[in-house]
Amino acid sequence: MLNDRILQELAAIVGPANVSARTVDRITHSFDATQQQYLPDVVVHPGSAEEIGRIVRLANEERIPVLPRGAGSGFTGGSLPIRGGIVLVLTRMTRILEIDTDNLIAVVEPGVVTGRLQQEVERLGLFYPPDPASKDFSTLGGNIAECAGGPRCVKYGVTRDYVLGLEVVTPTGTLIHTGGRTMKNVVGYDLTRLFVGSEGTLGIVTRIILRLLPKPEARKTMLVAFAAIDGAARAVSAIIRGKIIPTTLEFMDASAIDCVRRATSLDLPANCRAVLIVEVDGDRALLDDQAEKILAIVRPLGVLETRVAETAEESEAIWKVRRSISPSLRTMGPHKFNEDIVVPRSRVPAMIRALEGIADRYGVPIVNFGHAGDGNIHVNVMVDLGEPGMEATVRQVLDEIFRTTVELDGAISGEHGIGTAKAAYIGMELDPPTLAAMRAIKQALDPNNIMNPGKIFPDNGPERCPSDP
Amino acid sequence: MTEPKPLEQYQNEMAQCVRCGACQAHCPVYLETGREGSVARGKIVLAAAVLAGEVGLDERLREEIGLCLLCGSCVVKCPNRVPTDAIVAALRRRIAGEQGLSPLAKGVAALTGSKPLLRTLLKGADLLAPLLFKTIPATSGLRLRLAPEALKGRSLPPIPERNLFARVPEFLAGDPDKPTVGVFAGCGLTYLYPQVGEILVRLPHRLGYSVFLPRTQGCCGMPALASGNGPLIGTLVQANVEAFAGRTLDCILTACASCHGMLAGSAAETGNALGAELVDIHLFLHQQGLVEQLASLPKRRKRIRVTYHDPCHLRSAGITRQPRDLLRALPQVDFVEMADAGLCCGLGGTFTAAHPDLSRAIGDRKLAGLGASGATVIASSCPGCILQLQDIVDRAGLPMKAVHTLELIDQALAGPTS
Repeated sequence: MLNDRILQELAAIVGPANVSARTVDRITHSFDATQQQYLPDVVVHPGSAEEIGRIVRLANEERIPVLPRGAGSGFTGGSLPIRGGIVLVLTRMTRILEIDTDNLIAVVEPGVVTGRLQQEVERLGLFYPPDPASKDFSTLGGNIAECAGGPRCVKYGVTRDYVLGLEVVTPTGTLIHTGGRTMKNVVGYDLTRLFVGSEGTLGIVTRIILRLLPKPEARKTMLVAFAAIDGAARAVSAIIRGKIIPTTLEFMDASAIDCVRRATSLDLPANCRAVLIVEVDGDRALLDDQAEKILAIVRPLGVLETRVAETAEESEAIWKVRRSISPSLRTMGPHKFNEDIVVPRSRVPAMIRALEGIADRYGVPIVNFGHAGDGNIHVNVMVDLGEPGMEATVRQVLDEIFRTTVELDGAISGEHGIGTAKAAYIGMELDPPTLAAMRAIKQALDPNNIMNPGKIFPDNGPERCPSDP
Repeated sequence: MTEPKPLEQYQNEMAQCVRCGACQAHCPVYLETGREGSVARGKIVLAAAVLAGEVGLDERLREEIGLCLLCGSCVVKCPNRVPTDAIVAALRRRIAGEQGLSPLAKGVAALTGSKPLLRTLLKGADLLAPLLFKTIPATSGLRLRLAPEALKGRSLPPIPERNLFARVPEFLAGDPDKPTVGVFAGCGLTYLYPQVGEILVRLPHRLGYSVFLPRTQGCCGMPALASGNGPLIGTLVQANVEAFAGRTLDCILTACASCHGMLAGSAAETGNALGAELVDIHLFLHQQGLVEQLASLPKRRKRIRVTYHDPCHLRSAGITRQPRDLLRALPQVDFVEMADAGLCCGLGGTFTAAHPDLSRAIGDRKLAGLGASGATVIASSCPGCILQLQDIVDRAGLPMKAVHTLELIDQALAGPTS
């Protein structure tokens, strides 16, 4: 696929220091956060949209796969070079081009780390809400490709709600511009929304126009301990029904609590079987009132204890409980299957009960925590794949989890994407005509299937329509 | 067994890396290069590939494995606490074991044996007082750190003629009812900043302790670790263990963050610890109630604005509060916190010699915080950091002086000068 001539052409485009086909560089770009590894043929670090356009045109002519990559921290294989090709690393494109305080807009390059943009805009009293757990290292380009979420999405929405416009190099190497700098814009199709969450299969984002908000003046964090998961799950619905939208509404189930207890000293009542962490933000004067309202709503639902943080340190102590779940999961089993299903908020109790049932039936630990406020549950199936038959068991468990999710009107991925990890399950949720429509879009923009091939759509999956070529 | 363990024995630790990428947010080298091979998870994947025979120890691999400051920032922030610094050091030993020492380490080895070569090199390093190499023994890590390549254009302190051992006796007797503490000075405080080494010895004596500073102590081994010289680490560990043996010590004090990190790390790994618990001087003084003592001194009318830089090897040991508490209590000091106080200075032992430009670029990331602090003095607690910080501010033209926290404490205890 790759020969010396192509390598020389790549070097002529980006400079020899930014192209490598050495084994070492291929190995260091063979993985993401999924634990899978596939060697690319060459690693390229472009510096501009113009260079990216030339690389993609070359790749399209030569039919070489192109893999856009930011921090490489995705959970579903979005940046894995499963068919080799050119890994296009965007970490040189890290400029914040503009923060427009009159129009509340930021214009950035795709390699900007999300947390860095947040720091910069907050210094000016502004706010970029999406806060995936990886925000300190994942890039905005990657966040857009996966439509990243985070705890604050309950109130503020996800990445797509903040993208006003994009500059994109399409799979044929053409530079296009979607959306713009205005809140309102109905000129033509909404291609911006099409590219957000497209997992790098439709093109490479080279410039991003983001919407900003004024930074909330203050926030208040609460921890509520429950005697049973049912109380916690009902509390989530009750809060939302009470016409209060907290900034975050995170929950931990009994297995998550046990996990943290085993790893650290956790200061919670012994009979605590579920925890909600609730945060509200806004004008300082209104927060006490909001907090009291929430506590009044949840109190009758089997609450063992409530804690309201009065200082930043106390708030940090509460969040530390939540953050210590992931590292402590390892005590449950060496292999983790981390799924990010989402169901309508009112179905959270039913989903949790179903997950407990699946864990019991198959005898595997399932640890659940996450963003209950928007129905997004992080389901962690913890196993030892070294045990005989465990691979098959895990497949059945995941199959049942996804099937139940869809039955409850949910989605099999809330914020991680499909990639390679969930491609086999996409047909459970999307019917054949819908998938065919998606494939038609892909085919129209990427006729030679060079842009991140093998992602989202399974090649011979059960969803394939008879009308497909 | 005094040599640290080989790469093969790190397989379990390597398997703990889930490649989440969190290390990217904390690696000083990655923040500068943006390249996956610079950061912890990239290096762990490479180490695994070496063990699996998927890649040889070629020039490109050596280059990537060289791009690590061994600062430990990634280890502290890793959700699974994967000891990447130790894994990189083990991989460097494997490279040195198979291919011999790097050109830098070889140059230094030749330097220590050849007098004519030594003279030539010293002429090149004209900023260096001619006494330096005469006063620094061959086994000292300073020779690696201060190799001529590292010195081009760098501001250096004047090298004192009398080293620490010439300034204080081997044993200072204190109150008969107080125990004896040992002092591990390290090369920096023995040869480069002996005035600080002297405070490290005299301060506990002033508090009533007997102080033992064995003359046979050597380099802690950090530069040997950084350059993959396993046998030299073994020799140094053994010499230091013997130096402190045969005397009952309450603890052994250090005032160099790197020595503290290296000695603690190698003790944990080889099981060959010095005869008593290793205690950082700030922790010791804090426990001795010096904060209260300093705070009770009358505040001076003319005070200096001081900020503090966290050396990586104290920060990763969790010692960040004690130096600040001491500084805040000083009567002649207005303490001010700076942005990015915990960012690495970029020196990284022999890193600065092998990658001078990158080392400076990493160091320059501190400038914004340093400048905005409005401080005229930067205190720190590692001779390497102090050397690098002075170079950073000098090159930027900032009117600041880098000192050891002990110097400010000594100044306060000496009373007002005017």
